[in-house]
Amino acid sequence: MAKVPVQFTLNGSEKAEFIDSGTTLLNALRDKIGDTSPKGGCHQGTCGACSVIIDGELRLSCLTLAETCNGAAITTTSGLSEGGVLHPVQRAFLDTFATQCGFCTPGTIMAAKVLLDHTPNPSRDEVVEALSGNICRCTGYESIIQAVLLAARANSQNAA
Amino acid sequence: MALALQTFATVKDANVALKAQGTCYFGGGTLVVRAANEGDISVSGLIRSTDPALSAIEVTGGKVRIGASVTMAAIARHPDLGTLARAARAVGGPAIRNMATVGGNLFAPAPYGDFAVALLALGATVSTDDGETPIETFLANRDGSRAIVTSVGFTVPKAGDFRFLKVSRVKPKGISVLSIAAMLEQAGDGTVSSARIALGCMADRPIRAKAAEKALLGRRLDQDGIAPALAAAGEGTSPITDPIASAWYRAEVLPVHLRRLLLS
Ligand SMILES: Cc1cc2nc3c(=O)[nH]c(=O)nc-3n(C[C@H](O)[C@H](O)[C@H](O)COP(=O)(O)OP(=O)(O)OC[C@H]3O[C@@H](n4cnc5c(N)ncnc54)[C@H](O)[C@@H]3O)c2cc1C
Ligand code: FES
Ligand code: FES
Repeated sequence: MAKVPVQFTLNGSEKAEFIDSGTTLLNALRDKIGDTSPKGGCHQGTCGACSVIIDGELRLSCLTLAETCNGAAITTTSGLSEGGVLHPVQRAFLDTFATQCGFCTPGTIMAAKVLLDHTPNPSRDEVVEALSGNICRCTGYESIIQAVLLAARANSQNAA
Repeated sequence: MALALQTFATVKDANVALKAQGTCYFGGGTLVVRAANEGDISVSGLIRSTDPALSAIEVTGGKVRIGASVTMAAIARHPDLGTLARAARAVGGPAIRNMATVGGNLFAPAPYGDFAVALLALGATVSTDDGETPIETFLANRDGSRAIVTSVGFTVPKAGDFRFLKVSRVKPKGISVLSIAAMLEQAGDGTVSSARIALGCMADRPIRAKAAEKALLGRRLDQDGIAPALAAAGEGTSPITDPIASAWYRAEVLPVHLRRLLLS
């Protein structure tokens, strides 16, 4: 199988690799680049555990071919904290106990971040809609919804 | 996974590459990459074109042309396509909508193809490099179609003429039990002067409810007026059975949801 070059920015740092053509971004990130924060739950687009942000949009890395991301800016949950300080969404997930086994968490946090980036003060319905592609088998969702609303409040207090 | 992706700047070159055995066009990839992840080895080569015209939305003088690579998210947020936003938002969750294209939706087997249901009710045309085809003919012949779809075109419906409904068990995002789209024009006295009704999940691909359309002509959109259309709604359908619902269930609930849509 022919190798193809891929080059993109991952959480602000340049990455360049040779991969097999047809490799999903999920596999490229986890197996080649070593960022294991996106999780492979279903590889069918159904669970959302592999969610990443590509050029500001939420995408499923299990259904994205890595070579289509040349030149893109990719954000994953492993790139959110700065200097050991958690991102407000991560902080809120801890504060509301929105993570139990944690498998869905990195994907859900990506969905929450992209929502708050575009809609800093979302309604509850907007939060539910934004998280509708992310399955959690542990929490029952309420604590996740509360986490996103809490992160939004924290953001607006910081901005005030 | 033994898949190779080839990218071409023009649709013409991509169409030539698609003549090779084992190849398949790659739109947003939500269905083709999923199939590969599930072990489908019938496709070994994915072909795509990055021609910017494929990603363009043009609205001029009441006519719309949507490039085949335009995503559901781009349609949902387009200021001139408000009437279609509901149908675009009916497809998948937010991440799927950022990837799922119009072109791919035309080929999506039931229970998918919610946006194609809307396009069928709108009487859209489907364009390839070989010309334009009415969507109904296109859908009927899609299994043998190899040419890349470049765009879909239709006339922007007047506010209130176009209605869309997707029924799913999981809220707010879930796979269709069924979807219904209707283009209904009414005369000055409130009677229906033209009707085009499209159904999703009532066959392996979107189909027209022609008997119901006929039964609506000259009738008012009230309980009595729509009764013959509801009675005829199931004519010519062969609903799918899948983990979401059985064919029997879909056939049972179709008139209920058609009623809600027509009275809404
Ligand atoms: C988790 C999940 C949820 C989903 N939910 C929904 C839903 O609610 N409603 C719904 O309608 N669909 C749904 N889908 C199905 C799918 O995402 C959509 O139908 C989407 O629009 C398919 O488009 P795509 O660009 O991703 O297709 P692709 O996977 O790229 O292609 C699908 C097929 O279409 C062909 N094709 C694509 N573009 C063209 C073109 N321009 N010319 C010729 N052939 C082309 C491909 O060769 C392939 O055979 C879902 C999928 C997943 C994985
Ligand atoms: S692993 Fe991508 S959606 Fe489940
Ligand atoms: S915390 Fe376990 S799946 Fe969500």
